[in-house]
Order: sequence, then structure tokens, then C-alpha cells
Amino acid sequence: MSTPESQGAPGAVTENLVLEIAGLEKTFNPDRPNAVAAIGDLDLAVRPREFISIIGPSGCGKSTLLRLVGGLTEPTAGELSVNGRSAQEARLARDYGMVFQAAGLLDWRSAIRNVELPLELMGWSKSRRRSRAVEMLKLVDLDGFDSHYPGELSGGMQQRVAIARALSFEPALLLMDEPFGALDEMTREHMQTELLKIWRETATTVIFITHSIPEAVFLSTRVAVMSPRPARIAAEIPIELPERTPHVRDTEEFFRSVSLVRRTLRSVEAT
Amino acid sequence: MATSSTPRRNRARRSLIFAVFLVALALLYTGYKAVGQAIDDTQRDWWVVGSFLPRSDDKNMPPVLDILAEFGKAPREGGTTIGRLTLDGALFTLREAAVGFGAGTIIGLAIAVVLLQSRRAERGVLPYVIASQTVPLIAIAPIVVVWGRTNFDFLPWEWEDWMSVSLIATYLTFFPVAVNGLRGLQSPSPEATELMQSYAAGRRQVLRRLQLPASLPFLFPAFRIAATASVVGAIVGEISAGVRGGLGRLILDFAGKYITGPERLYVAVIGACLTGLVAVGAVVLAERLVLARRGELAR
Repeated sequence: MSTPESQGAPGAVTENLVLEIAGLEKTFNPDRPNAVAAIGDLDLAVRPREFISIIGPSGCGKSTLLRLVGGLTEPTAGELSVNGRSAQEARLARDYGMVFQAAGLLDWRSAIRNVELPLELMGWSKSRRRSRAVEMLKLVDLDGFDSHYPGELSGGMQQRVAIARALSFEPALLLMDEPFGALDEMTREHMQTELLKIWRETATTVIFITHSIPEAVFLSTRVAVMSPRPARIAAEIPIELPERTPHVRDTEEFFRSVSLVRRTLRSVEAT
Repeated sequence: MATSSTPRRNRARRSLIFAVFLVALALLYTGYKAVGQAIDDTQRDWWVVGSFLPRSDDKNMPPVLDILAEFGKAPREGGTTIGRLTLDGALFTLREAAVGFGAGTIIGLAIAVVLLQSRRAERGVLPYVIASQTVPLIAIAPIVVVWGRTNFDFLPWEWEDWMSVSLIATYLTFFPVAVNGLRGLQSPSPEATELMQSYAAGRRQVLRRLQLPASLPFLFPAFRIAATASVVGAIVGEISAGVRGGLGRLILDFAGKYITGPERLYVAVIGACLTGLVAVGAVVLAERLVLARRGELAR
């Protein structure tokens, strides 16, 4: 299941890929006895407006991959380009919105001031960032909670503030590392629907890390399955669903995709 | 959620408790004094009082009311009252302490920010910061004053003796600020730091928007310690360096004239206690204001 684009003429094709990864490797503590090969020879291509989930056995380096894409750590070998730039350049150009499992809001800032944080760092004027933050809180259904502090918000609400913050500066790529991992099942399904709504409204490209198969199927246009360490993308499964509403979870197509992903994951883990 | 009347009621209750505490202290003092006096009258040592607890008379323990009356008395006919002398001394000492506290805070924070930049710097320098506090302050205080008088000509302003005392207070205050400040600056989670990196925030921005605000809950306890230390440092500095004008000198003077008027020394000591309370109170007030602005008292 390789992507045909990646074999084509690189120059012309790179322009319509948001993310292109070829032969990526990451070894921690290289040349030392405790060296760990986290990622080995990984290829991945992501087109604009895709919602791609990355799923794999625990400890297989999913988060490491996301940190490599986000320019937070350097690869040992291989190519990685975001809109034709290196990960570092893309990070410095603020191409990324990141959401982690812990919402990571600053306790001493109200919800709206948390959303404003990246805009502040980018030197936006006060009125401009305030109106954008108001807009973003509305997008995540938190209008009316502007002046609440993180300690006064539920886990799901905090995570929504984190999403609003990540999207506030319209990054080219939204990188999410198990953002709903700490939420209860009900909140989680609700947040998934919300995220899809936001994704459609903002036309963002999303790379989403999860260890939940139904979550990956429900959200994604494509699911990439990672192998155990040293990790590669072992399989890519396009997800075709008739609609993306909560009801789709009870349909035949949904179950079929879920079991396909599950079988793939199992066969990958077995090898 | 607290209703609007609750904080006021709390404050009233706390004032009441403090007043009761003061009265209890005065009663305890008077009560012990009465026992000690009775034993002293017999001129015999008993098994507790007079062996390891002191016997008492009006020289050892002047009556509470005499001490209170002393505030309004003047040493010389028609001159300044003892209370006024103590107040002036307290203000003088408070200024030394405040300048020392301010300078100590700046120096402490600067050290914390520098040590934050590298683990190696932290490991190399922090032991010396800690060792600096083992220097016996009373011993070096006179040297600092002599230095001030002779070596600080290069400064654009004229160096006065009280500034040397501030310098001694600085020496005591920078330490808690540096140590707690460093811990506070290091307190944000790795995720928070990576998030700042993902916004391409520079080192200064990370310091200003993340690390400094995160360090405030660590800094305020240090400020409280530093406030006490700065007053103690100022009084000890005045006494050991012989600087005039503050509480330290007043205590020394009154101690010298103890035989003729023991109440005076008690007045000066009460003044010193109140000065310490004022210093800590100012820090607590500042803490309240800052935390209220950050919404941390609303919770």
C-alpha cells in the first residue's frame, strides 16, 4: 500500500503534499550501549486537508514520530519536509499547531488568554488577538467561558481550549498526540464529533496519534498502522464512511473498517 | 464560592485572634513575673524558678503597664519620646531592609536565570551560593562598613553607612530568592516547554511567558523568608558595625542604660518585632494582590 506519488518526480509532487517523509530514522543514544532504534526507514506522505491517524502497538514510537514532524527532535537519518521545508524551518515558520494528551494550559491565564498565547508570541495586536480568540472559543463551543481559569474547567473543556489555542494561528498542520486519551468515553466521543466539525470548518490537515481503533476509524480519511520498534508505516488503510456523524458508529461500514484495522494491527504486532 | 461579606468577617476574626494573643502574652508575662517576684522576695532558690528559670523583679521584668507608659516618656525633659525614637529607628531600619530586600531579590533572580541556562552552571555554582550563607555575618559586617567608607568612591552617589547595612541585608536575602527562584523557573513541564518551542518562542519569550509566571508560587515563600532575613540582617548589621540611626543602635544604647531604665529596651525590642511583622505583612499583601490578579484565589 505504498503511495504512488512518492515515487514520482519529486519537485512537482512535493508542492501538493503537506508532509513528505522518506527513509526516516531515529535512534536514541546512538553509538552507546543503551542505544534504542525507535524509528527505522519510515515513509509517509500526507496531502492537504487529509485527516490521518497513526496507530500502533504501545511504545512503538508514535509520539517520537510526531515530535520529529514537529521539529522538536532531530532525525538520525532520512528526509522530512513540510510544505517543502525542513521540520525546523516549518516550526520556526509556525506551521504547526500541537495538542498533547495533557491540555498543558497555563494555570495563571484565563481560557481566552491561553488561546491568545501563541498570537501574543507572534506579536499580534491586542484587539486582533482578542477577536480571534473569541472566535476560536466559539468554534470549540466555549463561548461564555472566556474568563474561566483552567482549574475551573473540566478535562474535556481544557482540551477544547488547547485545540482552540493550537488552531488560533491557522497552522498548516495540526499535530495531535492522543489528545482525548485522558477523557472518559462519553466526553471522548463528543470531542471526536467536535473535532471533525472543526476540521471541516477550518480545512486543516490533521495528523492524529491514538491507540483507539474506533477513534482512528471514525475520525480519519486514512489510518496508518505502525510496526513495533524500529517503527515503519506497515500499512495504510483508506477509510470510506457514508457520513461522519455519531450514528455511523453503528453501521456495517464502520465495523468493517474497524476490524480491518484491527486485523492489520494484529498481523503487524505478530511479525 | 465565597460571599462578599466572608473575607471581611475573616479579617475581623483574625484581628480579634491577634488581639487575644497579645493580651494572653501580656497576662502570661505578668503572671510569671508575679510568681518570680514572690520567689525573689524569699531570696531563696526553688527547684524550678531560680535554678534554671530566672527569679524576677522589676529590673528583670518591668511591669507591662510601665513598658507601655515608656512609649510616651522622653529621656530628657521636653525631648523626643521613646516611642518616637523607636518609630524613627524602625523607619530607618526598614529603609535599610527594603533596599537590601530589593537588591537581594534582583541579584537572586539574576543568579536563578543564569543558573537556569545550563545544568553544568547549576552544578558548578549552586554549592558556592549555598556556602556563601555559612559566612558569619556579624564578623564581616564591620569590614563591609569600612569598605563602604573607603572604597566606594567610584559610585555616582555618595555612599552612606546605612547602605552598607543594606548590603549586609542583601547578602541574606538573595539566597532564598536564588534557590527557590531556580526551582520555580524549572517547574514547567516538558510538554509546556515543547509547546512554547512549537510556537517558535525565543528563550526570552519562554522566560517571560512561561518560566517567570510559573516561578511565582515558589518565589513568594522565598520573599517571606527574605523579608524577615532583611530586617534581622539590618538590625544585626547596625549593631555589629555600629551604624547610628536605626533600631540596632537604639537597642545597643538602651541596653547600655538598662540599669536606669529597663523599660526602654523592651520598647525597642517591641519596635523590632513590629518592624519584622510590617516587612512580612507587605510581602503577604503583595502576594494576595498578585494571586488575585491571576485568579488563583477564586478557586
